[in-house]
Amino acid sequence: MSVAGILGQLFALVLALLLAPLLTGWVNQCRAWLQNRSAPPLWQPYYTLHKLFNKDVVLADGASSLFRVAPFVVFGAMALACAIVPSLSTDLPFAPAADALALVGVFGLARLFISLAAMDVGTAFGSLGGRREMLVGFLAEPALLMVIFTVAMIANSTSVAAIVATLAHRDFVIYPSLAFAGVAFTMVSLAENARVPVDNPATHLELTMIHEAMILEYSGRHLALIEWAASLKLYAYSCLGLAFFFPWGIAERDNLLALAAAVPLLILKLAIGGFLLALIETVNAKMRIFRAPEFLGTAFMLAVLGLLVRLLLETRV
Amino acid sequence: MPSLLSIDALLIAACAWLAVGLAGLAAPRQARFVAATLFPAGAFVGLAVGGVGLFALGGDPQTAVLAIGLPELPFHLRLDSLAAVFALLLGFASAGISLYAAGYFRHQDAGGVPGLLCLQYHLFLASMLMVLLADDAYAFMVAWETMALASFFLVTTDHKHGEIRRAGFLYLLIAHVGALAILLAFGVMTGGSGDYRFAALRAQELSPFWASMAFLLALLGFGAKAGLVPLHVWLPEAHPAAPSPVSALMSGVMLKTAIYGLLRVSFDLAGTPLWWWGVVALAFGLVTAFFGVLNATVQSDMKRLLAWSSIENIGLLAVGIGLALLFHAYRMETLAALALTAVLYHCLAHAGFKSLLFLATGSVLHATKERSLGRLGGLIRRMPWVAWLALVGVIAGAGLPPLSGFVSEWLLLQAFLFSPGLPHAWLNMVVPVAAAVVVLVAALAGFAMVKFHGIVFLGQMREPALQEAHDAGPWEKTGLVWLAFLTLLLGVLPGSLILRLDAATRQLLGAGLAERMSEQGWWMLAPISPERASYEPLVFLGIILLSVWLGRGLVKRLYHGRLRRSPAWDCGYHFQGPRAQDTAEGFSQPIRRIFEPVFRMERHFPSIRDREPYYAVKVEDHFWYWLYVPIARLAARISALVASLQGGRIAVYLMYSFLTLILLILVARP
Amino acid sequence: MSDVPLSAQLINLCAAAILLLAFAMLAQRRVLQLIDLFALQGFALFLSTLIVAVKTGQTHLYFSAALTLALKVAVLPLILRRLVQRLHVKGEVEPLINIPTTMLVGIMLVVVAFNVALPIAQLSATITRGTLGIALATVMLAFLMMITRKKAITQVVGFLAMENGLFLAATSATYGMPMVVELGIALDVLIGVIILGVFFFQIRDQFDSLDIHHLERLKDH
Repeated sequence: MSVAGILGQLFALVLALLLAPLLTGWVNQCRAWLQNRSAPPLWQPYYTLHKLFNKDVVLADGASSLFRVAPFVVFGAMALACAIVPSLSTDLPFAPAADALALVGVFGLARLFISLAAMDVGTAFGSLGGRREMLVGFLAEPALLMVIFTVAMIANSTSVAAIVATLAHRDFVIYPSLAFAGVAFTMVSLAENARVPVDNPATHLELTMIHEAMILEYSGRHLALIEWAASLKLYAYSCLGLAFFFPWGIAERDNLLALAAAVPLLILKLAIGGFLLALIETVNAKMRIFRAPEFLGTAFMLAVLGLLVRLLLETRV
Repeated sequence: MPSLLSIDALLIAACAWLAVGLAGLAAPRQARFVAATLFPAGAFVGLAVGGVGLFALGGDPQTAVLAIGLPELPFHLRLDSLAAVFALLLGFASAGISLYAAGYFRHQDAGGVPGLLCLQYHLFLASMLMVLLADDAYAFMVAWETMALASFFLVTTDHKHGEIRRAGFLYLLIAHVGALAILLAFGVMTGGSGDYRFAALRAQELSPFWASMAFLLALLGFGAKAGLVPLHVWLPEAHPAAPSPVSALMSGVMLKTAIYGLLRVSFDLAGTPLWWWGVVALAFGLVTAFFGVLNATVQSDMKRLLAWSSIENIGLLAVGIGLALLFHAYRMETLAALALTAVLYHCLAHAGFKSLLFLATGSVLHATKERSLGRLGGLIRRMPWVAWLALVGVIAGAGLPPLSGFVSEWLLLQAFLFSPGLPHAWLNMVVPVAAAVVVLVAALAGFAMVKFHGIVFLGQMREPALQEAHDAGPWEKTGLVWLAFLTLLLGVLPGSLILRLDAATRQLLGAGLAERMSEQGWWMLAPISPERASYEPLVFLGIILLSVWLGRGLVKRLYHGRLRRSPAWDCGYHFQGPRAQDTAEGFSQPIRRIFEPVFRMERHFPSIRDREPYYAVKVEDHFWYWLYVPIARLAARISALVASLQGGRIAVYLMYSFLTLILLILVARP
Repeated sequence: MSDVPLSAQLINLCAAAILLLAFAMLAQRRVLQLIDLFALQGFALFLSTLIVAVKTGQTHLYFSAALTLALKVAVLPLILRRLVQRLHVKGEVEPLINIPTTMLVGIMLVVVAFNVALPIAQLSATITRGTLGIALATVMLAFLMMITRKKAITQVVGFLAMENGLFLAATSATYGMPMVVELGIALDVLIGVIILGVFFFQIRDQFDSLDIHHLERLKDH
């Protein structure tokens, strides 16, 4: 553990905290363009966060202590997730704290808290949102884990940094199983980040909403933290996807030049990824809520299939 | 050389438990005396047992012979590392449960005669300890049956309800079917030598066929006690029937004695395992875990929910055992040690968090007299202690970091990641896919746990009477805090304990994780190597706590900390009462819909003509109708045939005896 | 793995894509998109054949690649699409067993196929023998689709996808079949589809529907 490593780690974390709302803003902007609307400014998420932090918290009468703690826990969990996913460099002193399996646990922990908080006030919407979130979660989580299994078997390691090192810094090899894993991962990311076709972040229609239904009772700084955490989650998922499927450009240990090049490359990759996300959201229609399990079930099975292909094609040749 | 051997200390502890129990008979009706003096004493003994177990872990095996029982047939006792792990579990878990019981049984409405209850309870504890210490089949069976009987009486404490008597009977029946199978397994393992000491069983060279028979019988017998599908049906009946501390003890500790027995037989006594033993255990485990967790999500009774969740956890343990057996059969001992460590760790973790959750339901039950999820809710406002401590159990039960449930799940998944290396063409493809079921089960467990906590403790109170609920008393709180503390400790500092568990895996497999792990820091968990996989729960927890603290502080400093209260937003519809929330049935509706074929459901849908429309759903267990009802019918039919022998005339009965006698004389010639 | 030549890696990738598409076809609910997926599968097959052709330099493989491109990417999907339009087939696929269950069965079939193909693959001398398992899995998945779908048109797509799997097995495991066999199969498939198309019109005229359920009554009593 070196000083440079710790500085790099902190830099990556701060960059994540700062860039995440920008990514959300970029996706919103692309979506607006693609849908022939005039786009909100790129900085809109920052304005929103600032506004929300300035506002008073209006707490529902029945809200308990758990309701007030949850936004902070969710935010902390997402910050941790951003800290252990290599975005710029594989030299991350915090990375041994949690490998890819524990990363799924981090997301699970955040989900548990936000669902419980949603049920806390005891409105119809809250419990509906909590239930739907858990519904999406119990299917998305195994699918994500199976994707990680596939990738981990390629790298012989569950540490995300080691996976990136294997994929990006060794000889170039085509892994057909990654095609399956990539499709499954995309599907899971859409569901986990409350995106069309599973959820729609821009609606408050009770028949369809999941994430928005859960956070309906939040306001002020609590809401700001949750929104920020949602941005961080999108950022973490994007970086995880990039790390697994497009890891080129992430710097190796003790390579300062590559680190300097990694920042603009990361921003470029995120911009392209954000545009593709907006494209997916535009060309797809929101599904009925009970199609969502089928969608995620497909993702789960694709991930399992990826694992099988990995076992067949890549270990016995 | 210590003057007092660990095994002697444990025997003294067993006697102390018996003495505490007998003291209860001295003043059977004085609830205050029994609760305030005897149960804390029992807890103290439990703490000692746990401490001795921890101390004995890694020491040389110690033996003792007790000249009780039949002449020529003394009890052989032995304390080795495997037994020590479970003694540790028994002691520390029961300490928390006994402390809690000290508060719980103080109230007269707990049912039963306090003194008698105290005797049964402590007899139960002592017999579980003896099961762990037994070193011959005779002592084992005596302790095992004592355990079954004591727990049967504890389950039927409230025997005035027919439903509880029925649950107790079912439990006793399956326990005895299981005991019979265990006895047969021991019989098979002696190989006809007639020597029932475990040392002799170990030395016996069995043919693969008989070794497999012994394993299958043991799986049947211990599976019945542990609740492996399809022998699980007693569990969701008996756990809700018993008083909560007893449920906690049964679920947290007694099920683990069955796991202990299975480990003892399959790794220690039955000789080298065949590869398909692992597959059988793995398959039963997967079915049990999946079936258990799905049923847990759809229950409407909080204790039944937890009972089904225990079935799920037993399934996961069986999966781990199966994996360990597979690796062991192919002589991949380090990996077998990894899987076995996951099993042992999960035993400890489950003992902690499931006891905690059962005790939390006890507090809820005591405060509200209500077990049905549909009539609870919002209790965090009246019972903050219980609610927050239950949250610890819930997070662990959902298998989420940084608590104990996650560590064992993580270890198990790490073991699965090595399964493509199995030298068998089908297994190395099928076993990794089995991991998919395991992760699905873990995610579904999260669903069940959110349902449990969200519906019991959060939301609006579904009944006005819940306003009267009160938080747990000081004894109860102490017990809950102790178990929550264990859960946290197991979650945050896994490294040091796993180093100690090494002794047990080394004893069974000749390999452990210690030599690789001791090179790394104590805060780190990296069973194979840090490059391969690592998990540092302390750093994990630290970062989350730090960012919560920093976040709070910074937001207050940079902005403000203003807060005001107002009614919840009602969408302009101001009849948002507690009825507008999800019910327990509503919460699990997606599961019932997605996994419809798994459940046997009876539903009533309202029609537009109903004057008093209502919706009802009753979820039942397929196995009851597939397996138990046909067997019961068959038994009834056979009994009806036999009943025709019953003529009512004494002369005829005498003739039966006479004919039997003659038959025996003819048959049993030397 | 890194010692495997790039061409073999690319063939493996194509094979995996074919399996992925076979699975996607199993999960697809809309008939027109099913046909699109089939065309895509044909394209992946074309690519893999082309790579094998370039690698081995056998001219007849270029022909079969061109044949695949013409027949499976262009002509057959076109015929199928026109059939759907002319026959006014409704957009939904209508499975007999629900789709998640079918996929679950599909996964099991893949496991079986991979393991069954393994000993056979050991006999093959080519480096891409792993694809034999994939080809077998594709055949089985296509078969499963034929079994579990109600509409005649989806059965035809299943039949064609099955042929794709066979073709993949032929090119990847043995580097192609003799030209005569290949042409024969291609012709068979084409004619088969045309005959089936004619049958569809007849069936619809007879029963006013394309549900194969109606054909169950066509047995002797």
